[in-house]
Amino acid sequence: MGVVASLVIYLAVAVFLIGVGRKVYRYASTPAPLKIPTTPAPVTRTGVVFRMAREVVFFESLFKASLWTWVFGWLFHAGLFLTLLTHLRYFTQPVWGWVAWLAPLGPYAGMAMVIGLAGLLVRRLCVDRVRYISAPSDYLMLVFLLLIAGSGLTMRFYFHIDIVALKQFALGLLSFDLQSLPGGFALWLHLFLVSVLLIIFPFSKLLHAPGLFFSPSRYQVDNPREKRHAGGSRRQSGGSGG
Amino acid sequence: MQAAVVDKAVAAVAKPKDFDVPVLGDYLQVPSLAPGSMAHSKPFEAKPVHQEKLGFPGELIDNWQEVAVAKLGDLVKSSRGLQVYLDSCVKCGACTDKCHYFLGTADPKNMPVARQDLLRKVYRRYYTVAGKYLPKLVGAEDLTEEVLDDWYTYYHQCSQCRRCSVYCPYGIDTAEVSMAAREIMDTVGKGQKYCNEIIGKVHKLGNNLGLPEPALADTLEGLEEDVEEEIGIDVKFPLDVKGADVLLVTPSADFFAEPHIDGLIGYAKVFHQAGLSWTISSHASEAANFGLFIGSHDNMQKVALRIREAALELGVKRIVFGECGHAWRVGYSFLNTLAGPFDFLDSNYPVPQHIVEVTHDLLQQGRLTLDPEANDDKRVTFHDSCNVARASRMGSLPGGQFTLPRDVIKASCNHFFDMPANTIGEATFCCGGGGGLLTDDLVELRVKGAMPRMQALKEVNDRHQITHMAAICAICKSQFSKVFPYYGFQMDQIISVHQLVGDALVFNSDPGARRITQ
Repeated sequence: MGVVASLVIYLAVAVFLIGVGRKVYRYASTPAPLKIPTTPAPVTRTGVVFRMAREVVFFESLFKASLWTWVFGWLFHAGLFLTLLTHLRYFTQPVWGWVAWLAPLGPYAGMAMVIGLAGLLVRRLCVDRVRYISAPSDYLMLVFLLLIAGSGLTMRFYFHIDIVALKQFALGLLSFDLQSLPGGFALWLHLFLVSVLLIIFPFSKLLHAPGLFFSPSRYQVDNPREKRHAGGSRRQSGGSGG
Repeated sequence: MQAAVVDKAVAAVAKPKDFDVPVLGDYLQVPSLAPGSMAHSKPFEAKPVHQEKLGFPGELIDNWQEVAVAKLGDLVKSSRGLQVYLDSCVKCGACTDKCHYFLGTADPKNMPVARQDLLRKVYRRYYTVAGKYLPKLVGAEDLTEEVLDDWYTYYHQCSQCRRCSVYCPYGIDTAEVSMAAREIMDTVGKGQKYCNEIIGKVHKLGNNLGLPEPALADTLEGLEEDVEEEIGIDVKFPLDVKGADVLLVTPSADFFAEPHIDGLIGYAKVFHQAGLSWTISSHASEAANFGLFIGSHDNMQKVALRIREAALELGVKRIVFGECGHAWRVGYSFLNTLAGPFDFLDSNYPVPQHIVEVTHDLLQQGRLTLDPEANDDKRVTFHDSCNVARASRMGSLPGGQFTLPRDVIKASCNHFFDMPANTIGEATFCCGGGGGLLTDDLVELRVKGAMPRMQALKEVNDRHQITHMAAICAICKSQFSKVFPYYGFQMDQIISVHQLVGDALVFNSDPGARRITQ
C-alpha cells in the first residue's frame, strides 16, 4: 500500500508542478499588447503590489460584489490556507515552532472550509443566476473539496489514525525512502482525492490561483502617458506587461 | 457618433418599436431570469462594401468554423489578458447582477459570465484538455451555427463598459472577450454594419460622419458667426492652422449634434479666454475610434495614427481630446502605444490631455473666471462615462477622472447633486449605447440597457429636482437624448460639461486670444 500510494502522490505532484509551471510560463510569455488596468488603478509598481495583496488576502473585488459569496469564499480559502500550514507538521522533523503553535487551530480551519464550501454549494444551487452558469464540473469541484475537508475532519474526530506511522510515511516521501501507509479508509480517500485534485489543477478553473497574478486589469500600473507601453510584437512586450 | 443627427431623421419614418419600456421602481431590483428574452436583438450585418474597406471578407466564408477556431487560437496566443480571462473564471457569480443590459432585459445570456461563456465554451472545446475529452462535464461546446448566431446576438449586447471587471475577483474583463469575439466574426465575414461602415469613413475622410474638409470648414465658420451674434465676442474655431499650439481632437458629433455642439463652443470659449492658440485638423477630425469596439488592433491603430500625422503636419505642441468616453480610453491608455512616442511635442504637458484637464488647470492657475450664477437656472447631476471611469484617468492621482469633472462642474454652477454612490465613480452604469451599439437597429436594447442609469437619475431627481444631467461623452449624450423621453425625461436635459463652462465663463478684456489664428 505504501508504494502504490507513494507513486500516486509523486505522479500527482509531478503533474501539478509541470502543468502549472507550463501554464505560468505561457501566461508570462504571452504579450499584453495594450494597457488595460481597471481604473482607478495604482500609478506606481508599489501601489500595484498593495492592490494585488488586497485581492489575494482579502478578496477586495469580491467583497464589493457580493457579501455572501465573499463570506463563504473567504472562509473556505482562509481555512484552506491555515490547513495547509498545519499540515506542515507531517513534513517537518522536528516540527517547526510556529507550525506546532498553529496546530490546535487545525480543526477550526477544517470547519471553516466545510462551512465555506457548503455555503457556496447552497448558493450555487439556490440562486437562479448562479445555477444558470454552473456546469457539472462546478458542482463536482465543491463536492470534491467537501469530501477532502470532511475526510480530514473525520480522522480528527472519529476514525483516529496512527499519526506516528503517517508522519514516517510523509517524511519518507520527502526523502524518497518509501514507507508503508497506515490503515484507514478515511486516510486513503483523503490522500486519493488530494492527488486527483492536484492532477486536475492545471486543467481546470483552479488556474484562477496563478491567473490572478497575470490579470492585466489588476497587475498593470496606470501610467500609459508617463511611460510608453511597448506593445504589439510578442518579443517586445512578452513578460513585461507592466 | 452620428446617431443624434441620424436619429431625428429616422425617428420620423420608423415605426415605434414594439417592446415594453422598463418601469422605474423605488430602487434597482435584480430581475429573475427570462431566458431568450433578447434573442431577437441583433444589429444589421455589414455589407460586403463595408467589410472589404476594413480588410475583412465581404460575407460569411465557407470554411468559417475552421477559420474562426484558428483565429481564436491566435488571439489567445497574442493576448495575455484574453488567455487568463478564459482560463480563470470559477463561476462564482459575482458579476451576474452587475451588467446594465442584464438588469434591463433579464436575459441570462446578458450576465457577464454567461456572455463570456459563449466564447469560453468554444475555447475549452478546442484548446483545453478537459474540453477535448470531457466536454459535457466542463460545459465545452463545438462551434456550431447556433453558437455563431448567439455570438452575433449577445456580443452585440455588451457595451464593453467594464463594470463587471470591477467586481470580478480576478479582474476578468468581458470587454476584452467581447472585442475578441467581434474580431473573430469580422475575420469570417460576419461584421456589424454600424461600426464597420463608420470605420470605413474614418479611413477615407477622417471622421465618423464622412464629412469632407470644405463642409467642416463651412460648419466651423457658421459656428463663429453664431457665437459672435450671441455673445458679441469673436471666438474662433480654427481649422488646419499650421503652427498652432494645441491640436484639438474631438468627436465629430461635436460639430453637429445637440447637445454636443454646445460643448465644442465651450472648449472654444476656454481656449479664447485663456489665450491658447489651437486648431482642429481635417485629417484627424474625429476623436472616436470604433476600431476599439470591433477589437481590431489594426483598424484602431490606423485610426489613431491619423492623430499623429495631423500633429506632425500642423506642427502643434500639445494634443487635447474633447468630450468623448471611449476616445479618451484610446487616447489616454493606448495612443502612446499605438501612435507614439510623442517626443516631438511639448514635454511639459501629458500626451494627450483631456479638455477637462485643460480647463481644470486653467481654473487652478486663475487664468479663467467662472460665474456659477450664470447657471442658476440649472440643477445638475453628472454621469460618469464608463470608459472614462474604468479605463482611463485625468490628472495625476487615481480617481482624478471623477474629481476633475466634478470640480469643473461645481465651479460652473451652484446646484450640483450626485446620483447614488453605487451608480457613480467606478460603479457607474453605462448609458446603454456604448461599445458600438448606438444604432437605431438596437433601440430596444438601448432603452432597456439605460434602465439602471435612469433609475439612479430618478432617485436623485426625486430628492433634488434635477433639471440637467451633464456628460463628457458623445455617445452618452446621443444615447440620453434618445432614451430620456422613454422614461419621462426631456431629451434636452442632457448637456455637455463644457456647455456649463462656456455659459459661466466671464470674458474680460485681456485675452491673449488675439494671436489665435495668425
